[in-house]
Amino acid sequence: MIISALFFYLFAGVCIASAIMVVAARNPVHSVLFLILAFVNAAGLFVLMGAEFLAMILIVVYVGAVAVLFLFVVMMLDVDFAELRHGLLSYLPIGSVVGAVLLAELLFVVGAWLIEPGIPKTITAPIAAAGEVSNTQALGLVLYTRYVYFFEAAGVILLIAMVGAIVMTLQHRPNVKRQSIAEQVARRRSSAIEIVKVRPGQGLP
Amino acid sequence: MTIGLGHYLSVGAILFTLGIFGIFLNRKNVIIILMSIELILLAVNINLVAFSVFLGDIVGQVYALIVLTVAAAEAAIGLAILVAYFRNRGSIAVDDVNLMKG
Repeated sequence: MIISALFFYLFAGVCIASAIMVVAARNPVHSVLFLILAFVNAAGLFVLMGAEFLAMILIVVYVGAVAVLFLFVVMMLDVDFAELRHGLLSYLPIGSVVGAVLLAELLFVVGAWLIEPGIPKTITAPIAAAGEVSNTQALGLVLYTRYVYFFEAAGVILLIAMVGAIVMTLQHRPNVKRQSIAEQVARRRSSAIEIVKVRPGQGLP
Repeated sequence: MTIGLGHYLSVGAILFTLGIFGIFLNRKNVIIILMSIELILLAVNINLVAFSVFLGDIVGQVYALIVLTVAAAEAAIGLAILVAYFRNRGSIAVDDVNLMKG
């Protein structure tokens, strides 16, 4: 028990510290790297809670895809980030006030909650006892049966996001030679080869 | 020294607040704003998984999976908009997004 408590405080502390660095870092590349650290530690928290599948998905999707996408964009755009940080201190007071009020409200909520007694009767898909069914299998049993429409909707959302991202960032520059498959397929011998009769001793005109 | 639901909810609350604070603090830098939104969604996911585990209902984890998907799609679209905007204006400052003077 004490080991898991220690790990909880380790993961939570590093997660929160790196989240602070995400919003406070001077260099956006450092921000992205601290974001990765925060996500890895959140994955550790998920493992501690017993949601291993989501922890691994968090690592694969966030650290492997989203954070690298951020890193790529930050490095690709040639932006003067020092300029962007210019008016930072003028936003600090209102940001601190809003953040402090929000945190106080949320912690009051967390400090005073209690679970309604009727909740255990409304559970739709109970988690099996440890050792019976693994977390991944339990999630799959629910996700592919009762929530299959949500699953497909998630797939459609990803497809739309992919198409949208490609449409927005693809650009056709002039003066760039590209492969035109339709033109290649429509090519016939008559349009490709020109037969010229060359008379001996005269050459081509 | 047992770790209960309240501990995880506190972590989620602090992460959520840091995300909001980041949006306020980096008002000019769209990339940091997008990262702050990711932090907010991470906090929401921690809350969902914590409730799912401590109430013994796996549907919360299904929902967290959907939130993860939407967050990934949002990041991709947001960064694509950012790249397209940077090509047009040569800057990513939020203050410059007044082209239409609406």
